[in-house]
Amino acid sequence: MIEQAPILILIFPFLTAIFVALVGSQVKSASWLLTVASLGASVCATLTTLVQVLEQGTIRYYVGGWAPPFGIELRIDGLNALVAVTVSVVALLGAIYSEGRVESETPKKSSQYYALYLLLSAGLLGIVITGDAFNLYVLLEIAALTSYALLAMGNKRATLAAFKYLIMGTIGASFYLLGVGYLYIKTGSLNMIDIQEQLVANGLQDSSTVQVSFIMITVGLWVKMAFFPLHAWLPNSYAFGPTTSSCIMAPLVTKVMIYVMVRMVLTVFGPVYAFEVLEWGNIVVWLAVIAILAGSIGALAQKDLRKMLTFLIIAEVGYMVGGVWLADETGMTGAIYHIISDAFMTLCVFLFAGIVFAKTGARDIYAVEGLFKKMPLTMIGFLVGAFSLIGIPPTAGFFSKWYLIQGGINSGNWEYVIALLISSLVNAVLFFRIIEIAYFGKNPAEGHDHHLHGDDHSGISEAPITQLVPLLGTAAIILLIGIFNKDLVAVIQNFLEPFNLVAGIR
Amino acid sequence: MTPAITSITPLLACLASLAAVLPILLLRKTPNLRESATFAAGFIKFGLVVSMLPTILGGIQIEYTLWQILPNLSIAFRVDGLGMLFGLVASSLWILTSLYTIGYMRGLKEHSQTRFVAFFAVSLSATIGVAFSANLFTLYLFYEMLSLATYPLVTHHQDKEARTGGRTYLTYLLSTSIGFVLPALIFVFVKTGSSMEFAEGGFLAGHVSGKEALILLLLFTFGFAKSGLMPFHSWLPGAMVAPTPVSALLHAVAVVKVGVFCVIRVFTGVFGLEFLKTMDIATVIAWAAAFTIVVSSLIALSQDNLKRRLAFSTIGQLSYIILGVALLSDRAVMGSMTHIAMHAVGKITLFMCAGAIFVASGKKYISQMEGLGKKMPITFAAFIIGSLSVIGLPPTGGLISKFYLVTGAMDAGQTALLIVFLISTMLNAAYLLPIGYRAFFPKDPDLARQPFSWKNTEEASLPCVLPLCITAVMALVLFIKPQFLLNLAGLMVGHGG
Repeated sequence: MIEQAPILILIFPFLTAIFVALVGSQVKSASWLLTVASLGASVCATLTTLVQVLEQGTIRYYVGGWAPPFGIELRIDGLNALVAVTVSVVALLGAIYSEGRVESETPKKSSQYYALYLLLSAGLLGIVITGDAFNLYVLLEIAALTSYALLAMGNKRATLAAFKYLIMGTIGASFYLLGVGYLYIKTGSLNMIDIQEQLVANGLQDSSTVQVSFIMITVGLWVKMAFFPLHAWLPNSYAFGPTTSSCIMAPLVTKVMIYVMVRMVLTVFGPVYAFEVLEWGNIVVWLAVIAILAGSIGALAQKDLRKMLTFLIIAEVGYMVGGVWLADETGMTGAIYHIISDAFMTLCVFLFAGIVFAKTGARDIYAVEGLFKKMPLTMIGFLVGAFSLIGIPPTAGFFSKWYLIQGGINSGNWEYVIALLISSLVNAVLFFRIIEIAYFGKNPAEGHDHHLHGDDHSGISEAPITQLVPLLGTAAIILLIGIFNKDLVAVIQNFLEPFNLVAGIR
Repeated sequence: MTPAITSITPLLACLASLAAVLPILLLRKTPNLRESATFAAGFIKFGLVVSMLPTILGGIQIEYTLWQILPNLSIAFRVDGLGMLFGLVASSLWILTSLYTIGYMRGLKEHSQTRFVAFFAVSLSATIGVAFSANLFTLYLFYEMLSLATYPLVTHHQDKEARTGGRTYLTYLLSTSIGFVLPALIFVFVKTGSSMEFAEGGFLAGHVSGKEALILLLLFTFGFAKSGLMPFHSWLPGAMVAPTPVSALLHAVAVVKVGVFCVIRVFTGVFGLEFLKTMDIATVIAWAAAFTIVVSSLIALSQDNLKRRLAFSTIGQLSYIILGVALLSDRAVMGSMTHIAMHAVGKITLFMCAGAIFVASGKKYISQMEGLGKKMPITFAAFIIGSLSVIGLPPTGGLISKFYLVTGAMDAGQTALLIVFLISTMLNAAYLLPIGYRAFFPKDPDLARQPFSWKNTEEASLPCVLPLCITAVMALVLFIKPQFLLNLAGLMVGHGG
């Protein structure tokens, strides 16, 4: 049983999705329970896999017993074991939050919603654990198609935004597919490890086909991860979709794409190829700097809470792309660590935005007025997420920055270091603006007459337990992966060791 | 290497006040019990700190490693002379301030008192955490914690003014700590690859070039903006919107002294005085501090709001401490360390007096205080003692630290900076003494003719007046018995004990 854990990660959500689609419309309350149960099982499977990887090293699982390069392989090492756990936990927490919210935000569609939600989770988990470049494309499309539908369930603006997303997402996926196609022409293989071996064995480093393929794949993924300036699809679709959909998509979709990029750079093409043969490392870091600054400035201009957060995602994507292309081991460690920590940070603040929307019905940042008094627990959860995004110790976000900045100093990319610091400060402004509104109200009293803070009777009280549990759970996880970052990083560095990323490889 | 023993006491001393938060929150319905929780924590904390004093005076340090958080980096505590000196000051004055808080907050019927005392306790944990940090990383951790924990205290009134003050407060403190200190910290870590433990003589020598050393020194000194070095000082007058107990303990003792404490640590523990001498880069800081001293004293002269005047006075006094350590001579460094304690005692007295005057008479402006000495003789007597101590006149402790600072400047051969000390002393006298003098001897003949009688006095309540009397007495006692402070400071420059 235990050696089947890798495939079970996918089987639970996939099969339950079908089941929910069939049964959910008849028995309403069953959909949520089934979703949570199957994702819970999936979490157990990812954790089991992680433990196995830590004990025995890389797991290679041949789906249906067909050996690669012909069969599909699930290949799990330290990197994707961690990301898979992250994805499954975030999906589970998001699913718990969905209870009740789905019925009120997308009435009469709840069984469809949960079925799509499970398919999306399965697709993302599949992308993370597969060892086959083409299989990855298939799962990419599964995840993409379900997310278009999940977003389009929102209000009218969401439908249009989802359509834009569909166009951009399809272009990105096509780029990726083209790139994989070129690789297949040259190497005759679709298995990631096999491609790498063929590239080295046949001396294909100088082949322009492989170069084009690398560029195609990278740019395709950049579209998918909303790397500036290919980001335009993201803000509106995440901001106007149902809050439940954005709670799984905002934390996961972009982060999983960054994982794929790391995978392509390290495993498929190899760091030497990615950083040395194509000498565009510095340019990419500069692009990342622009992404970070643009995302931060974009966020400053927003009054809509969720839209502000979507711009932060764009900035965070810049963190990670830059971190990868620093071509430094510490920088790479930071980028991978940040995939995990940012997933939870983003989940935390999006859950908060969802809860505020659920309670007040307002989307703008002034909706949080007076919430410290009315919803203290929710605000505590939010504070942890906000502090993490600002980068205040001992939250996870601080340590992400710690490693990323260290990488920037090691490789001498001072522009990247400065961009990270500026973005931290902008995040501080953004989140303290919200904290201020929650603490002082929109228009605080003029004089010193401060004895009038009676209870107001707007009827807003603490969020229900199904919303608090995921929020506070996420907050706890943020603190835990901050405090135990050394152990996480040990796993990541153990994974990175064979790639020999010494400083200044490029 | 100084001999050291491992003991959990520093951690407990740090956590004692944090642990009080829970009982404080649980007892929010019964203010008296809530306050007793604060006092219990205060005495436990002070007791724990004092229990370490004999060991430290014996020349042995106490260390404790809590948690290795990053490869090669730990959250760790180490108590040495300087940490002990600061720990003593902060934990003893917290008890007095807690007493004062009761008088002040209840006297004004302030709202959300539970939140106030809870965050006060958190702030004290952060302060002691800074004092007992063993390495630069732990120091930074508690420094940030202090910035955030004091924000709800500064903005306690939750009105427009508080919002503005709070904004300034966080903008200055966070942007400098994230923008300057954090990159400097990571750079030091990258360059030395060490655990960044403070060491006698520093650990930076040999790892950085001259230019890098200068940039790092500037980043650290200005980055720890709690020290109020110009041009990053504006948060302090802004923070005066806070209730007076906050101004008293945090903005005369804990927060600002954490700032200068960090600067001293950077000078002595990170760079090392010898390394700085060979590099010859501390002069920049010395002149920045000298500039701050003179300018802030001049600004203080023009302030009519008493708390603002005291705030600018604090900015100047903090720069004494920075200037002292930047002179790099042993006696100046000892003077600057001792000045942490001497100024704390004097300035907290002044702030408590300002608060007591506000509670009893509602007066905030110096111009309104003429003749008030006849109504509040005890408060103004304490005010005069506090003033003498801040100026550095006998018979108060302020003289001792100033003596060391001035002789230290002579040792360093810095005649120009010596003159700065003298000018600023005169300025200090000019902006502080008239307040006390006019309170007892008003210009206005009508006020002057009023006879004094104990029956007519209108002092604030006992919990308000008692602590400021105690601190005034402390200022006098420190004149007679400054030896243990000097010994603690002496440990840090290698001839104490």
